[in-house]
Amino acid sequence: MANTGWDGFEIGAMLRSFDGAVDDIAGTAQEDRKYSPNNSFTASVADWRLEKPIFNKDFCIDCQFCWIYCPDISIISRDKKMLGIDMDHCKGCGICAEVCPTNPKSLIMYPEFADEETEIAQWPSKSEEK
Amino acid sequence: MSEMKKIKNLKEFSTSADRFEGANLLCPGCAHSIIVREVLNATNDDLILGASTGCLEVCTAVYPYTSWDASWIHIGFENSSTAVAGAEAMYKALKTKGRLKQPDRNPKFVAFGGDGASYDIGFQWISGCMERNHNMMYVVLDNEVYANTGGQRSSSTPIGSSATTSPAGSVSYGEKQNKKDMMGIMAAHHIPYAAQVAPNKWKDMVKKIQTGMNTEGATFINAVSPCTTEWKFDPKDTMKLADLSTDSLVFPLYEIINGRELNITYRPKNVVPVEEYLAAQGRFKHLFKDEYKYLIKEWQERVDANWAYLNRREEARV
Repeated sequence: MANTGWDGFEIGAMLRSFDGAVDDIAGTAQEDRKYSPNNSFTASVADWRLEKPIFNKDFCIDCQFCWIYCPDISIISRDKKMLGIDMDHCKGCGICAEVCPTNPKSLIMYPEFADEETEIAQWPSKSEEK
Repeated sequence: MSEMKKIKNLKEFSTSADRFEGANLLCPGCAHSIIVREVLNATNDDLILGASTGCLEVCTAVYPYTSWDASWIHIGFENSSTAVAGAEAMYKALKTKGRLKQPDRNPKFVAFGGDGASYDIGFQWISGCMERNHNMMYVVLDNEVYANTGGQRSSSTPIGSSATTSPAGSVSYGEKQNKKDMMGIMAAHHIPYAAQVAPNKWKDMVKKIQTGMNTEGATFINAVSPCTTEWKFDPKDTMKLADLSTDSLVFPLYEIINGRELNITYRPKNVVPVEEYLAAQGRFKHLFKDEYKYLIKEWQERVDANWAYLNRREEARV
């Protein structure tokens, strides 16, 4: 076997994150990436959740606190706007609802079976204590 | 690509495309991934990453999945630092010989390790990397316990904490030894940059990471990582615990440049009593029994003494 050096070297337990060559990953948004089936982005941990966050756009001020403090990259923010929650990857920890600074909160934790439209229709009003 | 990424505010920061993926198996509310995201998003350059065995490694590389969108290696409990240092040395050698295919790219070398892998098991390896002054960054995700294997004490576990190998009960108040001063030890290598960071102070953290990445030479970062499982608090309170640890000065935020110039980067407006920090965690709940109450007073005295020591060092520039 000819010695090809590092170029011909393939490690057994190597997992590729993407299909094909990738040039500028830091400049590519998640929806534009070509994920390989080995990337955990293609998996789901939705069944871990007991409670889910419900996002009410009306009160959101796009402060991005939820984006920075989300441990599971489940807050979808594009062009400085908070768009919604990635329910495949959210584990329901509740940090986003906790750090949300608006009054009333624009992210509130509800039980997993709660219906989003019903809950948004009866969203709590402004509380005095804060 | 090699210029520093401009991050003025959180909105600007939020346009970053994450290179760490969800559906990893870290506990809900784990601070590890918050820290990793803040580190990776601090730069747009290519990354060459390593991780020691620990929560971060076992949860982000569960076969057949990987959660990393950058070249990443898991090698052993002790030697993620040396693996990354070796990659850095090879990169430098190939660059000098002109054998790189894309010599204008400017990759950053970062190794992650938990406190067990850094304070205990990989200590000698990290020390070697710092001494040889490789152009790399070592980030400790300090959750003060071996959380991956079930909560054994590490040399980062603070006094009075109940861990599975130092349990609190009728004869003991738990961990008997004080936390190792890793920052002091690493700064004593006279490395260009060493800093202590917390995930809740993201701006301070990103600034320190960028400074470290743009410093030629070895960088050591110690990040507090509240562990919902072993510190025993509700997953939603992760950021509250991080706030308490920085505001009670249990985990002061400072940087040490060249082992001599110490700068305190965050001074809380309202210093919270250490008692509040202890009360928020289940691992310290036995300290509130009458026979162990004296330990809370000792805690407060020790934290105050450490803060005074840091202030003296900052003033004297030593």
